[in-house]
Amino acid sequence: MPLLAVTREPLSVEKLSADVAALSGAEGEGCGAVTSFAGLVRAHHQGRAVTHLEYEAYEPLALKSFEQIRREAKDQWPGVVLGLHHRIGRLEIGEASIVIAAAAAHRAAAFEVCRYVIERVKQIAPIWKHEYFSGGGDAWVEGAVADPNDAAARELARARACASA
Amino acid sequence: MRVGVKLFAQLRDKAGAGDVAIEIGAGATVRQVWQALVAAHPELAPFETSVSCAVNATYARMHTHVNAGDEVAFLPPVSGG
Repeated sequence: MPLLAVTREPLSVEKLSADVAALSGAEGEGCGAVTSFAGLVRAHHQGRAVTHLEYEAYEPLALKSFEQIRREAKDQWPGVVLGLHHRIGRLEIGEASIVIAAAAAHRAAAFEVCRYVIERVKQIAPIWKHEYFSGGGDAWVEGAVADPNDAAARELARARACASA
Repeated sequence: MRVGVKLFAQLRDKAGAGDVAIEIGAGATVRQVWQALVAAHPELAPFETSVSCAVNATYARMHTHVNAGDEVAFLPPVSGG
C-alpha cells in the first residue's frame, strides 16, 4: 500500500511503521526514531453502546488532504517521513480506523508529527463516521467544518503537537 | 449548463441520493449550485452554515465559479480519525 491511502482493508501499524523507517533510513541523517498512532473503534460513545461503525470518504479529496497534511508536516519538521492510512467501510469494535507512522532522525520530530497529523485529519479530511448503537438507532458524527486554509486550525494542531516540548 | 453534485454522509441521507444533476445558468458559483440544490431538497437548508465544498475533488469556496460538467461536492462537518 502507498504511504498515504484510504482503504477498505484492515490496517497494520507495524507494516506502516516498518515502511516509513526503511524510507527514512535511506535518506539524510538516517532514521533514529519511529512513532506511531492507531485510532481504534470504541465500544461506547457519549454513554451509548456502539455495535460497529461505518466510515465513508470522498476518496480523491481525502487523498489530496493527506498530501496537504504531509506537505505541512514536512514544512514544519523537515526530513520526516510520514505514513497515513485511513480505513473506510464497516469496522468492528477494537479495529483500527486510522494508523499514522512518522520516522525522523530524532524522537521529538517523530512524536510531534504523529500528533500533528491526527489533529489535521480530524480538521480537514473529508471522512465521516457513522455509529450504530446497541438496541437500534444510528447517528452520523459531526466534527469540524472542513477548511484546509484555516490558519487558526493549523496553528491549533501545531500547538497541540508541540505541547509536550 | 449541467453540473454533477455529490453529497456525503448526512447530506446524502437527507437528500436520498448521493449524486444529483443540477441545471444552472452559465457562470454560476458554487453558492448558486447550493441554492438550486436546496430548492430541490429543502431538507438540506439547515446545513447551509456548516457545509464545505469542493469542485472536481479540490476544496473550493462558495464564490468559486463552476463550469459545465464540473463535479461539485458538498461536505457536512467531517469526523474522520
